[in-house]
Amino acid sequence: MLFLAPWIIGILVFSLYPILHSLVLSFTDFDLFSVPRFVGLQNYRMLLQDARFIQSCKVTTTYVFLGVPLQLIFALLLALLLNRGIPGLKYFRAIYYLPALLGGSVAISILWRQVFGIEGIFNQFLSYLGFSEEITKISWISNPKFSLHTLIVLRVWQFGSPMIIFLAGLRQIPSELYESASIDGANTFAKFTRITLPILSPIILFNLIMQIISAFQAFTPAYIIGSGTGGSLDSLLFYSLYLYICGFKYFRMGYASAMAWILMIIISVLVFFILKLSSGFIHYED
Amino acid sequence: MDRAVRGENVYKVLVFILVLLGALIMIYPLIWMIVSSFKPELLIFKDKSLIIREFTLENYTRGFEGVGGVSFLEYMLNSMKVVIPVIIGNLISCSMVGYAVARLEFSFKKAVIPVILITMMLPVHATLVPRYMMFRVFGWLNTYLPLTVPSFFAMQGFFCYFFIQFMRGIPRDLDLAATVDGCNPVGIYLRIIVPLSLPAFATSAIFSFIWTYDDFFSQLIYINEPVKYTVTLALRQYTEALEMSAFGVLFAMSTVSLIPIFIFFISCQKYLIEGIVTTGLKG
Repeated sequence: MLFLAPWIIGILVFSLYPILHSLVLSFTDFDLFSVPRFVGLQNYRMLLQDARFIQSCKVTTTYVFLGVPLQLIFALLLALLLNRGIPGLKYFRAIYYLPALLGGSVAISILWRQVFGIEGIFNQFLSYLGFSEEITKISWISNPKFSLHTLIVLRVWQFGSPMIIFLAGLRQIPSELYESASIDGANTFAKFTRITLPILSPIILFNLIMQIISAFQAFTPAYIIGSGTGGSLDSLLFYSLYLYICGFKYFRMGYASAMAWILMIIISVLVFFILKLSSGFIHYED
Repeated sequence: MDRAVRGENVYKVLVFILVLLGALIMIYPLIWMIVSSFKPELLIFKDKSLIIREFTLENYTRGFEGVGGVSFLEYMLNSMKVVIPVIIGNLISCSMVGYAVARLEFSFKKAVIPVILITMMLPVHATLVPRYMMFRVFGWLNTYLPLTVPSFFAMQGFFCYFFIQFMRGIPRDLDLAATVDGCNPVGIYLRIIVPLSLPAFATSAIFSFIWTYDDFFSQLIYINEPVKYTVTLALRQYTEALEMSAFGVLFAMSTVSLIPIFIFFISCQKYLIEGIVTTGLKG
């Protein structure tokens, strides 16, 4: 009991109580300094009419639904390639993993601004490939048409940790399975869809859920690359950035709490649906 | 048959080249940043190659001088003031949870892991505003306490889960023998479980370090006095103060800020990878 005491206190004081309190606050008008005023569902109603809120939902969903699948596809692809027994596996694994380790830092967001800026190395690369000036003079970071995509690329760049989990999963597939499939005349594609994918499916599901949860909360690159305001035309107004702006710039704490609850509901509904939908496809060994 | 073998080899070489190219593309931006940080400001975007024609340390000396009279070393020290207590807190509190769930019997044991998993999935925003209000009442705003104190209450579900998994793998014979010798649970925890779990402690310490050191959101919310800025906040301040004028300095300080993570990466890769594989930590 003694061993669990800190944890129990922590859960009550730093998790359960704040969550319930934020639900209460979400029904109030509260600026942190005066007494919260009960306003019923007004915050939620206002959110639905708030163009910036809608924009932040769009930005975040695009980011999650493009970024996470791409990131996982790259992770799986590289894991499969690295699992082919190529020389120097240790070094390659390390290099591919490094961006995932560094990716969340402010330093990398600063770097990203320069890589995809007008003078950046991305444009340099494009001009090597022979693209015209029209294209190589675009600032991918500040052009609202492309800025979100540079952040998606940043997300995909960090595929190293799901890759390592996939690699560990691939290692556990007994090679006899592939051998007997070969004898039965299965080609590489059939082996992949009939053996590799089903066995990896719980790991794919796990990676998918964890990455979706973390992608919904993306904040650092949005803040640094969008200069803390959401970028031009709010193209980088991520959900958590807008929540931060409402709560800690405008001190609309009730409004921010309502946003927090909506986010929590969105994430849990999504995770619930993924689990429900996948239950038919997931293969668990017993 | 010969042909098949040769085909296999060609295939392997192709895969190798592909993987190598991919790896180069992946780390090129990083290398470019590090190289550029040693170039004079004016040359960084004129000559984007990886060759340093004019080597200079000016970006580093300017960067360390800092903005507004606070040196960058000060910021690094501030980061350590946050990171070290968090590591200590996480190790003590999360290993205690691990031990309790892996070894002890109590009534609501079955509920502990689901609760840990739920807290792992909870977005930080869910508790943000009330926690801020609570710390404001405590008078902790603009101190490091809101960042460090929760870690003493096992609030990092990932580490709890990691310790549970690790300690379950330790053979029970040892603690049974100790029980027979009259050792109580506290003694078993301190004398047997903790020494045998050192790899788990190392992994948790490294990840605590990296996550806390890199954490931008909470530091942004709780710290607002420039003298107390941590490395991440200082870098943000640099981007605002030096906007469009001093990329060399920005690159140099970004590089400096990544050095501690690099060191862990190179020296403790085994622990990092083990940690990710066991719990699917996000990295």
